[in-house]
Amino acid sequence: MSDDAVADLARTPLYDEHRALGATLVGFAGYAMPVRYPAGIMAEHTHARTAAGLFDVSHMGQMRLTGADAVAALERLVPGDIAGLASGSMRYTQFTSDDGGILDDLIVTRIDGGLLLVVNAACKEADLRHLNERLEGDVALEELAERALIALQGPKAAAVLGRHAPACAKLGFMTAGRFTIGGTDALISRSGYTGEDGFEISLPADETAAFWRQLAAEPEVEPVGLGARDSLRLEAGLCLYGHDIDETTSPVEAGLAWSIGKRRRAEGGFPGAERIRRELADGPRRRRVGIRPDGRAPAREGTSVLDAEGTTIGAVTSGGFGPTVGGPVAMGYVAAEAAEAGRPVSLLVRDKPRPATIVKLPFVPHSYHRP
Amino acid sequence: MSGLKYSKDHEWVRVDGDVGTVGISDYAQEQLGDVVYVELPEVGRTVAQNEEAAVVESVKAASEVYAPVSGEIVEVNQALEDDPALVNGDPTGAGWFLKLRLSAPGELDGLMDEAAYADYVSGLGDD
Repeated sequence: MSDDAVADLARTPLYDEHRALGATLVGFAGYAMPVRYPAGIMAEHTHARTAAGLFDVSHMGQMRLTGADAVAALERLVPGDIAGLASGSMRYTQFTSDDGGILDDLIVTRIDGGLLLVVNAACKEADLRHLNERLEGDVALEELAERALIALQGPKAAAVLGRHAPACAKLGFMTAGRFTIGGTDALISRSGYTGEDGFEISLPADETAAFWRQLAAEPEVEPVGLGARDSLRLEAGLCLYGHDIDETTSPVEAGLAWSIGKRRRAEGGFPGAERIRRELADGPRRRRVGIRPDGRAPAREGTSVLDAEGTTIGAVTSGGFGPTVGGPVAMGYVAAEAAEAGRPVSLLVRDKPRPATIVKLPFVPHSYHRP
Repeated sequence: MSGLKYSKDHEWVRVDGDVGTVGISDYAQEQLGDVVYVELPEVGRTVAQNEEAAVVESVKAASEVYAPVSGEIVEVNQALEDDPALVNGDPTGAGWFLKLRLSAPGELDGLMDEAAYADYVSGLGDD
């Protein structure tokens, strides 16, 4: 994009690194972010699946809750079981609205006697307002604006990061700890958004570029932009906020019931509990599913999904080309009675119905590290 | 002199007799990134200048390809169905999209030659 357009955008601490690497920058959630590097989305995607991809995700919001009531206060805003989270463990959950929609999805980590929250960049300001309005009791909210976040994802990620922080090898999927890397205090978690084994590393903004350069210099590592981040998460069947989930979709419709703790289902006590518990008991009226176009034409967001009679039964919410699958992949919502794997449907792409099949997610099996 | 003429929408046409071969420019394929699918028109269809004639899809998005000149489609590049990456690898050669029989050859005069197109592209910035 033009220099003028980039000038109006916020920059992560890695902006100069992206430029030096020859990245194509785009505006994303108000930040100038690399959508791809010279290697291109296909090569970057494949590199993250076969070696190790390095991602700048510093645009995401990092915040911290402390205080005696932090756990109880957060549980009043999310359906996830936060009280049951051991120190050093992480959980995926959602801020739900009072009518059971999703305001944002987030990862909560219990560490250092408090809770760390990582939220979507585009929702960061709204989340802060929501928390400030709704948190009750002895709880303090602090935005960690001076911290950056980078992700290292792929089958070689553990070997690479092990050279800089050997102790991180002991982390299992969805656990986190504090590590010192070359004198820098880093919070490292074994998590990510690609379906691969990998890590997310939160560190002080002013020390991020130096560490990024160290990782980027490793022979197994190539930088990966937002374009491949999107195709990787789509193949992994992971939701993108504002597309696959939003204020109109409930966690149950979205296939995220697994993230609602047993105790929370029984007790309620989170926004939208009435709708969410009803859908858990009776089933939702629509469900998020995987959709595999039979031909080669990708079906993009907004594409109508039709049944055999030509009646619209849903729509694609994310769709594109899956480089690892080697063909088009999509996800979307269809009427609950149609949401069974193997069901033939058609997709209305450029006014032409094209055959497709409802499939189970993910398209590419997860390779998480579960010791 | 390559004989290619370019449109402002980044299509090229190479004329041989009354048939023009059409594709997208090297700049366009670079901007698109990896091409994963190309939808080609029916042979026999008539297209007007600047009318949508094909669709090219990258990993991220679908883009229209416009006819740089008017004419009747006489052939499409079937090889792109199995190997859409030809558009990236050889945009002005094996990655051609379609051939059309020109109905208004005078339209060619309004297109840019190689040098004029290079100037045009350099004025567009990175995007």
